[in-house]
Amino acid sequence: MEQLLQQVLAGLATGAIYAAMALAVVMIYQAIDHLNFAQGEMATFSTFFAWQMIQWGWPYWAAFAITVAASFLGGVAIERILFRPIRNAPILSQLVAFIALFSILNSADGEIWDFNIKTFPSPFGSRPLFGSSLISTHQAGMIAVTLVMLALLYLFFRGSRLGLAMRAAAANPQSARLVGIRVGWMVALGWGMSTAIGAVAGMLIAPVVFLEPNMMLGVLLYGFAGAVLGGLSSPGGAVIGGFAVGVVENLAGTFIPYVGHELKLTIALVLIVAVLMVRPAGLFGRVTVSRV
Amino acid sequence: MTVPEPETIALEGRPRPAVATSAGASILRPGARQLAIGATLIVALAAPLVTQNFITFQLTLVMVYGLAILGLNLLTGFNGQFSLGHSAFYGIGAYTTAILMNYNVDYYWTLPCAGAVCFVVGFLFGLPALRLQGIYLALATFALAVALPQILKFQPLEPLTGGVQGIALMKPDPPPGVPLNPDQWLYYFTLLVLLVMFAGATSLVNSRTGRAIMAIRDHPTAAAAMGINLPLYKTLTFGVSAFYTGVAGALGAIVIQFVGPDSFPFLLSVSFLVGLVVGGVGSIPGSLVGGVFVLFVPNLAERVSTGLSGAIYGVILLLVIFVMPSGAAGFARLLGGRLARARQSFAKQTTGRIK
Repeated sequence: MEQLLQQVLAGLATGAIYAAMALAVVMIYQAIDHLNFAQGEMATFSTFFAWQMIQWGWPYWAAFAITVAASFLGGVAIERILFRPIRNAPILSQLVAFIALFSILNSADGEIWDFNIKTFPSPFGSRPLFGSSLISTHQAGMIAVTLVMLALLYLFFRGSRLGLAMRAAAANPQSARLVGIRVGWMVALGWGMSTAIGAVAGMLIAPVVFLEPNMMLGVLLYGFAGAVLGGLSSPGGAVIGGFAVGVVENLAGTFIPYVGHELKLTIALVLIVAVLMVRPAGLFGRVTVSRV
Repeated sequence: MTVPEPETIALEGRPRPAVATSAGASILRPGARQLAIGATLIVALAAPLVTQNFITFQLTLVMVYGLAILGLNLLTGFNGQFSLGHSAFYGIGAYTTAILMNYNVDYYWTLPCAGAVCFVVGFLFGLPALRLQGIYLALATFALAVALPQILKFQPLEPLTGGVQGIALMKPDPPPGVPLNPDQWLYYFTLLVLLVMFAGATSLVNSRTGRAIMAIRDHPTAAAAMGINLPLYKTLTFGVSAFYTGVAGALGAIVIQFVGPDSFPFLLSVSFLVGLVVGGVGSIPGSLVGGVFVLFVPNLAERVSTGLSGAIYGVILLLVIFVMPSGAAGFARLLGGRLARARQSFAKQTTGRIK
């Protein structure tokens, strides 16, 4: 029982990484209706940006704030320059454009900051929390920041006019345009916000997994899995999904004898697919019904 | 001088070209199409006789990838089911061949076996996939792609799969009496398989079954209302698609002479997807264009700059998408349409003059 509890805690700690990324994934999904394969690389780029500023001697929080702001602008710029011109192209072509962006950013990271791993400071320290060896102050801080981001997003989308406009633009672009919402800019805003969230996720994750150009590769995949498990139409579901992926992965590795450790990723994914069999739109997703 | 007719009228008068999105629907005039196929075939037949062995080897791989992309195309382009898991089918095909060749089965007999194994796996995977759509299906197939290398490395299976070491294969010799070196022989062997498989795909797509498959892509509800058995056709398409990609994997294993768990990463699925889009979603000849892109463009980028090869690859890919948002096939269709229109208006002008 004690072991179970400990493993769940450890799973939550890794799950926090996935949850943060899953939140960014859902944000972009809300805005553009498909996944952004380059999201991880965008977050890595932002994190390198912050690292560079800290190297230059900026205080952590100043670098943090500037990175988030710059990432927001960068996300808007990418949408305006790269994706606006091809918004009418088939979806698969847009996916390939994401893959292209992925490749460009990954290669640029390596060229500018090389492939050696770098340590990234944590604002929360890395002492064990309450004397437990399984969860550190940084991991607890990461969980807290993820939950705060989620709460802020909730308030933004429920309580502000801009949030409402963004929801309208995503739900029904044509009607939204008719009531005077600038749908194109709402999409760009969605890009900016998801890039900013991705940057926060990157800066939280970097102290745990170390900073290098391929840092986000695995994390993003888990983030996708978490987002899909929770339901892509639900930010809260995505966060829960991210935590669930972390916990399931950890428990499978510990408790399923023999195959557990080697195949833990596989087992986690198979479980997710099994859940999707039962609930094809994710645990908390809205089921869309199409009219014929 | 005659006044050129307004474009709209010219458009109305002309019957719509037999929906270009469907099948191998010709993008050129019938005669020109045959001519293009014939010319490509002659070039393909002559190529290994005039090029170096390494280029022959690369061209063989182009065909292998083209075949794998065709498999993905059958599923995604014609049936509308999205897959990130085709690297797994490719890998299963490759491993089937490698294991059988280890047991001294002749390489040409391993191809149908690899295809059959993949068909069964694909068909079975198609069953749960029935419940899923779009992104959710992408995740499920992604799970397959991630699982395969891990399963191949799995300890208890090591006697069969060779574990992390993989399996090395012998390059098959040409049959006695054939004056070709092994590379050239493999090239022609692959070409033969490719032609048979492409012909098969073309006739499948143009058949009653093919129309059912495409109807499901275009409007599942309407297709079901027409009496098409959705689950049956969707799972069968999954199986056939896996069959094609599996045979490609088998050929790939023979050509490269090695299989290992890390030869079939998730990124291979992404390459197939890129090839599919660049060649043209829903275009059978486009699959080969995709094969060319997937094999040569990364090499090209590498040659331009080693450090920034990824960035150059990405920029090339973006340019391709910007110029040809619906792939090479869509681009050719567009050019063909322009050409036909130009020809028509030219014909109109001349007849006007004769009057």
